Amino acid sequence: MHSTETLWSNGTSCPAASADGGCADDQIAGDGYTCRFEQGARPESLILNMGPQHPSTHGVLRVLLELDGEYIVRAEPVLGYLHRMHEKMAEVKTPAQFMPNMGRVDYLHALAWNWAYVGAVEKLAGIEIPERAEYLRVITCELNRISSHLLWWGAYLLDLGAFTPIMYAFDDREMLLDLLQLMTGSRLTYSSFRFGGVYTDASPAFVQGVRQFIPHLRSRLPMYTALVTENIILRRRIEEVGVIPQDMVTRYGASGPVARGSGIAYDVRRAEPYSVYDRFDYEIPVRHEECSMARYMVRMAEIEQSLRIIEQAIESLPDGEHMHPKAPKPSFKLPAGESYFAVEGARGKIGVWIASDGGKTPYRVKLRAPGFSNLALFAECARGTLLADAVAILGSLDMVIPEIDR
Amino acid sequence: MNATISFDSVLHVVLALVGVAVFVGLNGLLLVYAERKVAGFIQRRPGPYEVGPQGILQAVADALKLIGKQLVRPDRADPLLFWMAPVLAFFPVLLLFLPIPFSPLLTGWDVNLGLLLILAFAGFNVLALLLAGWGSNNKYGLLGAARAVAQSVAYEIPLLLAVLAIAFQEGTLSLTAIVGGQGGMPWQWNIVVQPLAFLIFFVSALGETNRAPFDLPEAESELTAGFHTEYSGMGFGMFFLAEYANMIVACSVCTVLFLGGWKGPFLDGAWWFLAKVYGLLLSMMWFRWTYPRVRFDQLLNLNWRWLLPLGVLNLLATAFVMKL
Repeated sequence: MHSTETLWSNGTSCPAASADGGCADDQIAGDGYTCRFEQGARPESLILNMGPQHPSTHGVLRVLLELDGEYIVRAEPVLGYLHRMHEKMAEVKTPAQFMPNMGRVDYLHALAWNWAYVGAVEKLAGIEIPERAEYLRVITCELNRISSHLLWWGAYLLDLGAFTPIMYAFDDREMLLDLLQLMTGSRLTYSSFRFGGVYTDASPAFVQGVRQFIPHLRSRLPMYTALVTENIILRRRIEEVGVIPQDMVTRYGASGPVARGSGIAYDVRRAEPYSVYDRFDYEIPVRHEECSMARYMVRMAEIEQSLRIIEQAIESLPDGEHMHPKAPKPSFKLPAGESYFAVEGARGKIGVWIASDGGKTPYRVKLRAPGFSNLALFAECARGTLLADAVAILGSLDMVIPEIDR
Repeated sequence: MNATISFDSVLHVVLALVGVAVFVGLNGLLLVYAERKVAGFIQRRPGPYEVGPQGILQAVADALKLIGKQLVRPDRADPLLFWMAPVLAFFPVLLLFLPIPFSPLLTGWDVNLGLLLILAFAGFNVLALLLAGWGSNNKYGLLGAARAVAQSVAYEIPLLLAVLAIAFQEGTLSLTAIVGGQGGMPWQWNIVVQPLAFLIFFVSALGETNRAPFDLPEAESELTAGFHTEYSGMGFGMFFLAEYANMIVACSVCTVLFLGGWKGPFLDGAWWFLAKVYGLLLSMMWFRWTYPRVRFDQLLNLNWRWLLPLGVLNLLATAFVMKL
């Protein structure tokens, strides 16, 4: 009808369109990015812009798809809609000032990011941590991991068209958030770890609450299995869908449940032990099917393993200080040097690298977000699948966009 | 029919249509409320409870909101097709209610080809979804429309086969006569004789009415809202109402064919019919809030590989037994 007009409501046509001839088809006229996503070899294919506002891209991920019918010829994730310059902010803030940012990189497993940053600073400045604080860190971080996995579970089922599981997951997650609120003072964007300990000591109410929560969640997990995991529709939707071979995992540097679902038993808690994790008896769940179902099963098994860790930690919680008496004041200066600290987040290996020149603020901070590497393999993994499978694959990668964009 | 169409019969049909429109409108409100309460019950939350006592006015408030909203058409959408689609989705559904016998006295138009009339006019729904998806100039809408057509065309066949089995058995296409052929007690209903046909009919009806787990044309997590992505206000409201009206028709026909219609163990009447229809509707809602969505190829595989062959076998078996 109006073939010469642009498809986009802002009225801008692609500036590069005529220059490099990339935008011959008005399907892809648009911003500077879309016009680089040229029509492929098949002239009859459809270019679909999934996101940044789309129900199953969990926030503001944008995926450019070239479709042949409902089959995906090419897929390309576009990042940057939630870029907040965390790394740059780290260069202008003192370590203590930067701590609240760590609750906002990955809002679902904020305590793991807390830990990665605190760990890197402690390593560089040689700050000691009391044993009780280590245990409290383990307990809260694992509780946070469970809440992250529960939310993922609900949201993933939502992606697959089941509306109810997320309500059940939120029921349990609510109890977790109440517990973590007792310890950290906040419900989502925690920043309660401190250089040399944790902000608050565990109250008897918290210890009691955790003790009650463990059997509660264990009694709920069989219901999840019976209601959802064994559902034939779900199994057909995600079994043998989104196969990520080991080779692809290593090429893209994927980690966490994505790697463990492909048979790579890599878990930072085991591979590069930190804190007091070596004192607990737990397993690293690994599946070899390499498909979305494998990643699903890994995460469900991890909930149980986290419960085991919490159970042991809460029973052997040592007495003592929650902050080291010699912990530095917030205005302390980092010594010159470099340090790297990695922890296992709910999505994979979280790494923080700090370089300091001895000034008030670090010279450079690099945040290694696991979601970034995990999402990177989507383009290769989704090729040739159906549109509905792309949603199932994206969900099984468990992306948190703020973490990917940082 | 023939030349004996009199003024009286035309008046009767018009009055029946008005009655049906009222019935559909009221039921739309009721079912929206019921759906949300059922969802709330299944998801362990209260559901609507702010507007009116126990939230019973919530559906009314929603309807008023939809009616009050501006009608928006996307820039490059085809105006004719775009606005025709919701009208075409909703109004033919009213005709479907005409031959349905709510009770011996409460039948809009007792034609001897009632079943045929319903199946014929039900086909309009596909056209409406196709126009909506095509006319709104939206890629998600187009994909949704393509899915809707493939799905509706596919699921019509096993639906017909299941209906044919009953028609064979009863030897009539009149819905009143089919109810008349069944008894009041549950073991005298057709579902006992034709359980497979019932299963095929009900699953196909879920597919035909685009209800979860077969709600692929509007698969929210994949196609944002599928064919009605671009519709708001009453444009969307019409599709919404049509979906519920279609559900009522599907459950009504199911009740007539398999569950003895207005007949019950005692006090035959419209209340039995409505009770059975609402029972089926509740189970449809129950499915929706429990199961994930199937994938499109699986949906079609289920139809072509299972429902269709089973439907044919069932029909052959029925014909064979009837011949004996």
